[in-house]
Parts: sequence; C-alpha cells; structure tokens
Amino acid sequence: MTSKKSGGKAQPSRRRNSKPALYDATDAELKEFYEQMLLIRRFEEKSGQMYGMGLIGGFCHLYIGQEAVAVGVQSALKDGDKVITSYRAHGHMLVAGSTAKSVLAELTGRIGGCSKGKGGSMHMFDPKNGFYGGHGIVGAQVSLGTGLGFANKYRKTDNVSVTYFGDGAANQGQVYESFNMAELWKLPVIFIIENNQYAMGTSVLRSSSEVELYKRGESFKIPGEQVDGMNVLAVRAAMDKAVEHCRSGKGPYILEMKTYRYRGHSMSDPAKYRTKEEVQKMKSERDCIDQIKELILDRGFMSEDDLKAIDKAVKAEVAEAATFAQESPEPPMSELYTDVLA
Amino acid sequence: MTAISFGDALNRTLHDCMAADDSIIIAGEDIAGGAGIEDSDVELGGVFGVTRGLAARFGTGRVLDTPITESAFVGMGLGAAATGLRPVIEVMFCDFFGVCFDQLINQAAKMRFLSNDRIQLPLVIRTTMGAGDGSGAMHSQSLHALVASVPGLRVVCPATPADAAGLLKTSIASPDPVIFMEHKGLYGLTGPLREDEDGHIVPIPLGKGRYVRRGTDLTLVATGAMVQEAEKAADILAVRGMRCEIIDPRTISPLDMEILIESVAGTGRLLVVDEGAAFAGFADAVVSKISQKAFAFLKSAPVSLTPPHTPVPYGRALEAAYLPSHEKIVECALRHFSK
Ligand SMILES: Cc1ncc(C[n+]2csc(CCOP(=O)(O)OP(=O)(O)O)c2C)c(N)n1
Ligand SMILES: [Mg+2]
Repeated sequence: MTSKKSGGKAQPSRRRNSKPALYDATDAELKEFYEQMLLIRRFEEKSGQMYGMGLIGGFCHLYIGQEAVAVGVQSALKDGDKVITSYRAHGHMLVAGSTAKSVLAELTGRIGGCSKGKGGSMHMFDPKNGFYGGHGIVGAQVSLGTGLGFANKYRKTDNVSVTYFGDGAANQGQVYESFNMAELWKLPVIFIIENNQYAMGTSVLRSSSEVELYKRGESFKIPGEQVDGMNVLAVRAAMDKAVEHCRSGKGPYILEMKTYRYRGHSMSDPAKYRTKEEVQKMKSERDCIDQIKELILDRGFMSEDDLKAIDKAVKAEVAEAATFAQESPEPPMSELYTDVLA
Repeated sequence: MTAISFGDALNRTLHDCMAADDSIIIAGEDIAGGAGIEDSDVELGGVFGVTRGLAARFGTGRVLDTPITESAFVGMGLGAAATGLRPVIEVMFCDFFGVCFDQLINQAAKMRFLSNDRIQLPLVIRTTMGAGDGSGAMHSQSLHALVASVPGLRVVCPATPADAAGLLKTSIASPDPVIFMEHKGLYGLTGPLREDEDGHIVPIPLGKGRYVRRGTDLTLVATGAMVQEAEKAADILAVRGMRCEIIDPRTISPLDMEILIESVAGTGRLLVVDEGAAFAGFADAVVSKISQKAFAFLKSAPVSLTPPHTPVPYGRALEAAYLPSHEKIVECALRHFSK
C-alpha cells in the first residue's frame, strides 16, 4: 500500500521509520488495547446496523479499520490533555471516556445522548473527558485544537492537545495557518493526520501534490513522522515521542497515521472508487485487532477462550447501549430553545 | 414536455451548456468522484449526482475534482472568471460558505464595483441548502438571505425542475457572480422541463418571480422547498374558504418587488414562509419591503413563518418541530387572517 500510494516518489526521509518503533506493552496493556479496539469495532458495526434499520439518520461515518489510531493515541494521554477531531468521532469519544450508551443515544437523536440528541453523529461533545468535539466542517477543528494547545501553555500546564484530521482535511488552508502559529509560539499540539487514503471518493493521489503528509509541516519546522496506523503499538510508540516533545515545551508535532477505513465514507457511500480486493487485502493482512490478538496468543497470557469472553462482554455492552439508545426518549420540544446562548 | 427530476434537470442543463460553450469549466469536491476516472467509468457526479457524466463527456481538464479547500477553489474560480472563463463551482453545502466567505462577500461581490465595470465575473457557485434529512447543524442551513444581504451577488433559489434548468442556464450566461442554491429536499421532485422547438432549455430571467397560483384572500410567499408546503397549505385553506395566492420569487437577489406588490395589492394580506433565518432573514426582508412599499394595501399586519432562532437540531422530532410545514402555514394563516 505505501509503495503504491507514494506514487513512486521514493524519497527516503529521516523521519519515516523504516523499522517502526513498537511500544513495549505489558500484558495488561495489550489486553486493554484489544478490549478498546474491539469495543469500537462492535460499536460501529451496531451503528451501521441501526442506520440500516432507520434508527439513525443523516450522516454517519464509521471508524471501522482505524481503531488502532484512537486507541494508541489516547493511551499515551493523561488527565487534562485535550482531544478534538472531525465528524468521524465515535471511536475517539469512546476511548476518551464517553459511555457507549451516550454516544449511541446521540446517534439515535435521544435525550440520553452526549449532546442531548441535538448534534447527531457528526457533532458530539464531552468536555469533562477533555473531548472538544466532533466537527462537521472539514478542517475547522485544526485551528480549534491549536487553541486548546494555546490554553494549556497559557495556563502553564504540561498538558497537550491532540488534534485529529483526515488526509482530505490536510488540504484546507487553515491547517497551515495553524501549523505556523503552533510552531511560532511552541504550542503543545499533536497534529494527528489520519491518512485513510480517501476523502469521500477522492484518493490522496488525486487530491494532493505531496502525498507524504507527515512532511506537510517541514516548511514550518514542525517535526513529522509517518506511522503504521494499523498497529496500535506503533501508534503508541510514536505518540510517546510526540507527547514528550510537546510536554517539554518544544512545540507541536505531526504524526501521519497510515490507516484505512473498511466501510464507505458515510453510510450512503457506494464505494465504487476502490476495488473490493484493496479493501479485502487490508482486512486480511493488516487488521489492527487481528494483529493484537495474534500477539496476545503468542505471548500466551490469554487463551482463545479468554478472548472470546472479552468479545462477549463487549457485545453485551454494545447491546445494552443499543437498547438504551432506542428507549431513551426524544428530546422535548423545549430543547429547541435551550443551549443557544448562555 | 417530459417529466424530469430536479437533479436531472440541473444535470441536463450543465451538459447542454458545457457542450455549447467551452469556456465553461466545473470544479468541486467529488463532482467527478471515484479513483482514477481517467481509466474507468466510475463516476459519482457529486454527492447528489448533479454533475454525473460530465467528466466522462468533457474530460477532467474541464471537470475538476478539487481538494477540500473551498477558499482556494472558489477564489480560483473567481480569478478565472475575471478573465472570461465561465466556472461553475460547486460548494457541497452552503454551510461550507464559512470556509470561503471572504472570496464570496469581498472578492466576488466587489470586483466589478472596484474595477469600475472593467471586469466581468461570469461565475456560478452551485450549492445546496435546507434541512429535513437529519444532517444536523452544519449541513442543513438555509443561508440564502445571508449572501443576498451583500451587494454584488445574485442569489437564486429554484423550486421546480423547469425553474432549476432555466435559471441555471441564465446564471451560467450571467456576467455577475451568481449563488445558485439547490434545496436538498427537491432533487427527487419531478416535473416538466421547458424546452423550445429545437429542444433547448428555455432560460428564465433572474429577478423575475412567478405566480404559483392565483388567489384573492392571502398572499403566500415561499421559495425552494417551502413552495410545496405553501401549495399543500393553500389546498387545505381553500377548503376553509381562504383563497391563497402563492408567489415564488425564484431569485432572492435581485428580488422581484413588482410581483409582490401586485399580489398584495390584490389580497391585502401577506404571509411569508421561509426556511432561513428567523431574524434578519429573507422573511423579514420581504415583510419589511412590503410594509414600506405597499402599506396602503395591507388590511392586517404581515406575518412571517420561519424556523425558531436556533441552530438546526439533529433529533427527528426536534428537526420536524424546527421546520416550517404546511400544517404550520395553515395554523398560522387561520390564526392571523381568519375574518
Ligand atoms: C468544509 C467542508 N468541505 C467539505 C465537506 C464535505 N466532506 C465531509 S467529509 C469529507 C472528506 C474528508 O476526508 P478526510 O479528511 O480524509 O477524512 P475521512 O472522512 O477520511 O475521515 C468531505 C469532502 C465538509 N464537511 N466540510
Ligand atoms: Mg481520509
């Protein structure tokens, strides 16, 4: 995939790790990574199903395939760190600490949702967990995330702001306006480019003059690294480096996560712009959950049965969330007039 | 007179215009769509399919899938227009105007004025508007009045397939920047297409409203998807003995004041229904203009019916409560105008 997508421009770069560093996870951490990635996967499968049943409306962008990114990134954070992302937000919220119930009930537009059913899939917030939103306008969150970083610095904390955006969003002008300010003022912002290779139906190759997105910060002097976003341990290792850089006051950092979404852009995407074989190859050779499962079994601290038990527990959690998301009432009409201004 | 959908009428117009004039280029996100369309026939044709078949027919030199960078590709379109090309630029949802607002309200709107008419700006910005499909706060707005408040821009809101085609044809030929707003809820609406003997789409002038139906008791003004709601409401009100006249101005800016005054002169009553802003929106503008220019004809205070002054909510019941509907028009008309 990388060789094809780099368009034959085989420019070696110092920052592109040929042998990626892998995080040395404890058994307990591995188990947690597995659980979290599985939770996102099952949650999203359920969302897709409920969308098909007409229980979820409008736009709904699933995170299936990309789970290792949110899980690996979040695992490197601490209290007080802030996270902001695009409309493809369900997974990020779950790992930031929002309950499956509150996220799924938002998708069904119910009062029990994390935005009281007023935001929907693309617009969800959970500030108590440091989550400053899913944002529906491509690229908008990048300058907002820069502001989250600014506030951390202003308050003299060593907290960081994690600002996620896609390969498509990486072409918006405000991304570069933000890069400049972030480096100029040494703001603790980790820019995570989730390069899943497509922006709706447009592949990176067709939208970007430079497809190695980690280089996009070079002219601003922001260090950038390309990371195997399908491997949670690679994500975590890269994050540790970036976090250390930011916390010690050295300014922003860019991580390009090479990842892949298995499903369509949103639920209404016929996905004719790529071949079934391309998707199948990623699923069978690179899947983030399979990789960790294999590692766990190799280490031998859990058996197939133990993993099945985890799967069962995760499924139960998602099923419970689905029930809640259908039973929670619609917001009362008075909610039309609340929350508009203080 | 063949029936055609609103979306297909637009598609047909783009095909016809591009075939007739190679200074027309099209650009926007995923308007061709699909990986490597050069060597496959995969073509998305935009999220609503309006640009379907254009890349295959006219080539990717004239039909450009842009990166997601509204500010730059709207600006690029404007720059090209200033030299005489006729770009038709798609901004997927009018909510994204925020990203390219400078190009719209400063550059596009003021270049003719500041160049003292030496620069023509044959630019069309096609975009979508409207709520009702659960798209939430940032993909559902109706910002026609916001852009119409800026001098130097023309703003068009078609309500039928024939108007969509005729107005788009005129917009493309126009020497001014036109913001062409397509209501998402209308793409599937079918109706006749107006063609001349040679099968050419009949252009419709900008700034000319139309009578959707004639009546004597109440003037209902509506654009875009609200026209259908007004028609349904008028049917119900007719049974209750209130004969409504419906006017679709079609162009928000410039606004056809003549037809509005003519109608109010006949009915003496005005109800404007609009999906846009509750405050300083299109409904307020029409009520204000009529109050100033046709006050003597009014038998009672004009009334506007809009969504509440709140962002578009996602939840189904909330969104339905947010939107004006034929039921609300009926209720409003009876409350204010029953004799
Ligand atoms: C300003 C703006 N332009 C266009 C869109 C429509 N849109 C939504 S998602 C998307 C593709 C974004 O792709 P990418 O940044 O790669 O993120 P991904 O969907 O792959 O996670 C587009 C064009 C939008 N929401 N906002
Ligand atoms: Mg992408």
